[in-house]
Amino acid sequence: MHNFDFVKPATVADAARALSADGAQALSGGQTLLPTMKARLAQPSVIVSLTGISEIKGVCAVDGGVSVGAATPHAVVAAEVGKYYPALAKLAGGIGDPAVRSRGTLGGSLANNDPAACYPSAVLASAAVVHTNKRKIAADDYFQGMFSTALEEGEIITSVTFAIPEKAAYVKFDQPASRFALTGVFVAKHKGGVRVAVTGASNNGVFRWTEAEAALSASFAASAVESLTVSAEDMISDLHGSAAYRANLVKVLTKRAVTAAH
Amino acid sequence: MTKISMTVNGKAVSGEVEGRTLLSAFLREELGLRGTHIGCDTSQCGACAVHLDGQLVKSCTVLAMDAAGGAVTSIEGMQNADGSLSVIQAAFQEHHGLQCGFCTPGMVMATAALLKVNPKPTEAEVRHHLEGNICRCTGYHNIVKAVLAASGQDVSAIAAE
Repeated sequence: MHNFDFVKPATVADAARALSADGAQALSGGQTLLPTMKARLAQPSVIVSLTGISEIKGVCAVDGGVSVGAATPHAVVAAEVGKYYPALAKLAGGIGDPAVRSRGTLGGSLANNDPAACYPSAVLASAAVVHTNKRKIAADDYFQGMFSTALEEGEIITSVTFAIPEKAAYVKFDQPASRFALTGVFVAKHKGGVRVAVTGASNNGVFRWTEAEAALSASFAASAVESLTVSAEDMISDLHGSAAYRANLVKVLTKRAVTAAH
Repeated sequence: MTKISMTVNGKAVSGEVEGRTLLSAFLREELGLRGTHIGCDTSQCGACAVHLDGQLVKSCTVLAMDAAGGAVTSIEGMQNADGSLSVIQAAFQEHHGLQCGFCTPGMVMATAALLKVNPKPTEAEVRHHLEGNICRCTGYHNIVKAVLAASGQDVSAIAAE
């Protein structure tokens, strides 16, 4: 790992100032960024740790939903969000492994937007709102393709507000070495309709399977998607699974998620 | 170089680090606590696991400066006050939960983290919890048995296949 200057501000305002420096990079839990830096795929000159900012940590109930601070580790979401939004807590408890869940954060996952990360599917299916130090971003506008988001240079995610669906579940097919989703599907039945978000499958990152949403909004049962097909075009193909395999998983996991939703 | 301080195994310590110094390197090279093993250095194997402020972490994936001011427990802090093996360590010995022993410090730290929040885990819960700790001798059955024994459960019928 190349060397860098390290700063650990105590407020979002100080972090934003520190991030305006040339070559500055925010560090949240570091469970992706530090391995990336060790591999010299990233060489920031200043690391701005966000782990000392208490105002962006923690879980609280808000009108009609739950707000999760961006620097809240997965383990805390798994332990504390269950009483508000069980499907989200279960997703957080299945990310990586226990040590990763101690450090990795919601905000870090969303800022990186790995195409196989779990959290983006929950945010998209929940129609969550991403709050930053500058604005609020709707989930549908936030994700812009593999490792690409609506965040501007130096913008810091502060929290995410999740509307709580009537029923929801996340089912992932683990890539057993990395424990990322080989494919994962988050199904959320809202008052106004069903949202189905798929991660791990597409070359364009997390996406909504709109045909399934229409079918499930008409009838919320696994059989409702039986007649649908998922195109393998633009699906990820690697040594762990072909594009056709992932396309098939999208449908299989959607059915499982609908069955598991409560 | 920057001077940092933290508490390690109950003792106040300090040392000089660079921005890029990992907590694992700080423990091993600066403090001489070489019980924390570096198996992969790529966040996968869990041999370097320690507790930071009560949470299980991979010390190769935490910056020393980010841990400054915190409280770390490493494998050297796991023995009883009189120097004898703790219940968890003794269970690993008793049930042959180690072969080459390289992964053992991380396994013991992961076990301690599990039993703190789940004092009587099921076999499935133990296996799920140890997903981030790789034993390259593949001695998992006896490791799981040791964890269950350390929790005070009868292991005579477990992982016997």
